[in-house]
Amino acid sequence: MTGEERGPDVGLGDWTPESLDVPGEVRAVVSAPHPVLSRAADEVDPTAKETVQLAADLIATMKVSPGCVGLAAPQVGVGARVFAVDVTGHPKAVTVHGVFVLCNARVVEATRWKPGREGCMSVPDLTGDVKRASRLVVEGDLPGSGEPVRLVTDGFEARALQHEIDHCAGLLFLDRVAGAHAVYQRKVYL
Amino acid sequence: MNELAITVIGRDRPGIVADVAEVLARLGANLTDSTMTRLRGHFAMTLICTGPAAAEVEAALASLAAEGQLLATVRAVTPDGDVPPAGEPYVMAVHGSDRMGIVAAMTRVLVDAGGNVTDLSTRLTGALYVVLAEVELPAGVAGTLIDRLHRTAAEMGVEVTLRPADPDLL
Repeated sequence: MTGEERGPDVGLGDWTPESLDVPGEVRAVVSAPHPVLSRAADEVDPTAKETVQLAADLIATMKVSPGCVGLAAPQVGVGARVFAVDVTGHPKAVTVHGVFVLCNARVVEATRWKPGREGCMSVPDLTGDVKRASRLVVEGDLPGSGEPVRLVTDGFEARALQHEIDHCAGLLFLDRVAGAHAVYQRKVYL
Repeated sequence: MNELAITVIGRDRPGIVADVAEVLARLGANLTDSTMTRLRGHFAMTLICTGPAAAEVEAALASLAAEGQLLATVRAVTPDGDVPPAGEPYVMAVHGSDRMGIVAAMTRVLVDAGGNVTDLSTRLTGALYVVLAEVELPAGVAGTLIDRLHRTAAEMGVEVTLRPADPDLL
C-alpha cells in the first residue's frame, strides 16, 4: 500500500516546538502503579493556554530524559490526551517527523503488525515484547494553532506513536505483551 | 520408560544448569520439557525427564545438592501425552500496587469461568506488581468474564486486561 492510497501525510506544516512560544519546564515523571496511568485521559482544547504549556513541558521533560523517544501527559501526572514524540536519530527509525506534540490523537489505519521489545519511563525496571503496526496513519491536533494533522509513518516512529496513544487511553505496554514469558527485567538503562 | 518430574532450586550461581544436566545425562535421563529461570537471585528449574528410576536420579542430585545450596526433588509421574487445548487462548495482564492475594483472586475468577491457566509469570519491581497469565477459555465466555475480572481487579486495586492471544503466524 502506498502513502497515496492511505491518504497523504499532511505533515506538521510550519509547526515547530518554537511555535509554542513558551519555555518548557521539566516535570516529574510518575511510575506505575499510579492511577493516572490507568485512566483514559480527557480530550483537550489544543489552543488552550494550559495545553500549550503542557506541550512545551512534555518536550522539555522528554529532552532531559536519556533515551526517551516519547512522553505522554499521563506520565507527568496529567490526565490529558497530549503526547510528545521524537525519534530523531534512532537507528530503527525510517520515517521521522522530528519533534512534535499531538493532542487528541487517534489511530486511523494500522497494518503490518510486527513484534518488538518496548520499555517505558513509567515502568522503569521492565521491558516487554509487544506487537505493533509498522505502517500507521494517525490524526490529531497540533498544540497552539489547533490545526488538524494526518501523519503517515512506519517502523519505530509508528511504534512510539502507538505506545503514546495507548498511554492516553490508560494502557501500558504491560497490557499488550504477547504472553507470560514476554516481560523481562531491564538489563540496560539508557 | 519412566517419566520423572524434577525440580531444582538454589541460590543462583554460574553452572547450575550445566551441573544438573550433566548428572541427568550421565544417568541416561533424557530432558524433555523444562523451564529454567532466575527468580530474584534464586535459580529455579522445573523439568520432565524420561529414563532411569526416580531413586537413582534423586541420589545423584542429592550429591550435587550437598556441595552447593541446591534443593532437588524427583518424583515419578504418569505420562499423560499431549493434552488437547480446552478452549480459546487468551492473555490476562494484571498490574498495580503489590498486595496479598492478587494471583489467588484473579486466577479464581478464571477458574470459575471454566478457564485453565497454562502459563503464568509474576514480577515485583519496587511497588509495581505484574502478573501475566496465558489461559484457555471455553468458547464464548470472554465477554462476561472481562466484567468479572474488572470487578475483582477493582476490589484488589489493580488493573486488568484480557485479550485473545496472538495466533501463531507462519
